[in-house]
Amino acid sequence: MATGFFATDFGILILTLLKSLALIVPLLIGVAYLTYAERKVLAAVQLRKGPNVTGPFGLWQPFADAIKMLFKETIIPDGSNRYLFLFAPVITFGLAIIAWAVIPVNDHWAIANINVGMLYLFAISSLGVYGVIIAGWASNSKFAFLGAMRSAAQMVSYEVSIGLVILSVLVCTGSLNLNAIVLAQRHIWFAIPLLPMLVVFFISGLAETNRAPFDLPEGESEIVAGFFVEYSAMSFALFFLGEYANMILMSGMTTILFLGGWLSPIPFVPFTWVPGPIWFILKVAVCLFVFLWVRATLPRFRYDQLMQLGWKVFLPLSLGWLVLTASVLEIFGWLPHA
Amino acid sequence: MQPSLMNYFPILVFLGIAGLIGAAFVIGSLLVARQNPYGEKLSAYECGFEPFGDARRKFDVRYYLVAILFIIFDVEVAFLFPWAVSLSHIGMLGFWSMMGFLAILVVGFIYEWRKGALDWE
Repeated sequence: MATGFFATDFGILILTLLKSLALIVPLLIGVAYLTYAERKVLAAVQLRKGPNVTGPFGLWQPFADAIKMLFKETIIPDGSNRYLFLFAPVITFGLAIIAWAVIPVNDHWAIANINVGMLYLFAISSLGVYGVIIAGWASNSKFAFLGAMRSAAQMVSYEVSIGLVILSVLVCTGSLNLNAIVLAQRHIWFAIPLLPMLVVFFISGLAETNRAPFDLPEGESEIVAGFFVEYSAMSFALFFLGEYANMILMSGMTTILFLGGWLSPIPFVPFTWVPGPIWFILKVAVCLFVFLWVRATLPRFRYDQLMQLGWKVFLPLSLGWLVLTASVLEIFGWLPHA
Repeated sequence: MQPSLMNYFPILVFLGIAGLIGAAFVIGSLLVARQNPYGEKLSAYECGFEPFGDARRKFDVRYYLVAILFIIFDVEVAFLFPWAVSLSHIGMLGFWSMMGFLAILVVGFIYEWRKGALDWE
C-alpha cells in the first residue's frame, strides 16, 4: 500500500472516493452518450438524421435533455406512497451503479477485487426487481401496477437462465473472482466453446433490462409506459439512466464472461500494445451496438411467448449445457485446479 | 478493520456515492423546478378518464406461480455455485451427488411442464 497520508484511515477513504469517482464519472457520461448513440443508431436504421441541432452533430443533446428534465415539475400523484414513490428510482439507479464496483477494466483494475465478485453481481442484478415493484405499487395507478407485475415476472424468469449460464462459465474457471475469470480466457475466449450460452446470456440480458424485443413492461400500445407511467422530471430520468446503466452493465458482464474482458482479441505484438481498458471499452461498445440494433430490427414479443421462451427453452437448454460442460470437463480431466 | 473486510470497504463507499447522486437528482429537481400542483394534475393517469377505484386490487394468481417456480430454481442455482467452483476438489462422488440432485429436479420440472404450470394463456 501507499505510504504517508494515504496509509492512514482517512487517507484510504479519500483514495477510495477518488477511485470510485474516476469510475462513476466516465460511467455516467457513458450512460448519457448511450442515449445519444441509441437515437443516432435508430435514426440511421430508419434513414433519418437523429439529434443534430444542439452542438456539432447534436453532441450536446444528452446535457440539454438532462437540464430540461431537472427543471420539470415533479408530480407526486394523489393516493401514492410519497416516500416510496420518490425512493424507487433512486434504488433502480443506485443498483445499476454499485454493481460496477467489482468489474475489472484491466488486470486488477477493479475498485473492489473481491473473491466472490460473480456472486455479488448476481445478487445485485437480482435486487433490480425491487425498484420496479416498489415504483409500480407506490404509484397507485392501474397501468403502473400491471406494468410492475409483468416486469417482475419477466425479470425473475430470465434471472434463472442467467444464473445457469454463469454456472457453466464458473465450472470452466473454478473461481468466482472476475479477474480470474478473465485470466482463464487467455488461451481461448469462452465465447467459442460456450457459444450457445453466450446467445442465451445475451438474450436473457435483453429481457432482464426490459429492452426490445422484450419491452412488454413498457408496451406503450397497451399499458402506456408500464411501471413508470406516473413519473416525471428527474425521478423519470433516474429510471431512464438506470435502464441504460443496466445495459452497459450487461454488456460488461458479457465481455467479462465470454469475450475475454480486457484481453486483446489478436495475441500478436501491435495489438497487445493497445492498453487493456481500450479493448474492454471496445468490446462493451460492440455489445451495446447489438442491443440498439436488436431494438431497431425486431418486433415486440407477446407475453405468453416471452414466458414460454424463458421457462421452456432457455431453462432446459442452459441446465442441459451446464451438465454437459461439467461432464466433459470431468471425463477428460480438464477441470481447472484453482 | 480486518484485512478481509477491507476488500468490501470500496463497495460501501460506492453505495454511498450512488445513493447520494440519486438523492441529489431527485431533491435537486424538487428544489429547482417550479411546482404548481392541482387536483386534475395529481390524479392517477387513466387515459383521460376520471380514475375509478383503487389500483391495489386482486391480480392474476399466475404471477404467484411464477414467483414460486423462480424461488425453486434460484435456490437451486445458489446451491450449484459452490459446487461449480469446487468441482476439481470434490472428485467423482461430488460430481455424481449433484447429478442425482439435478435428476430429481428435472423430474419435478417435467411434472410442472406436463401439469401446465409453465403455460401462460
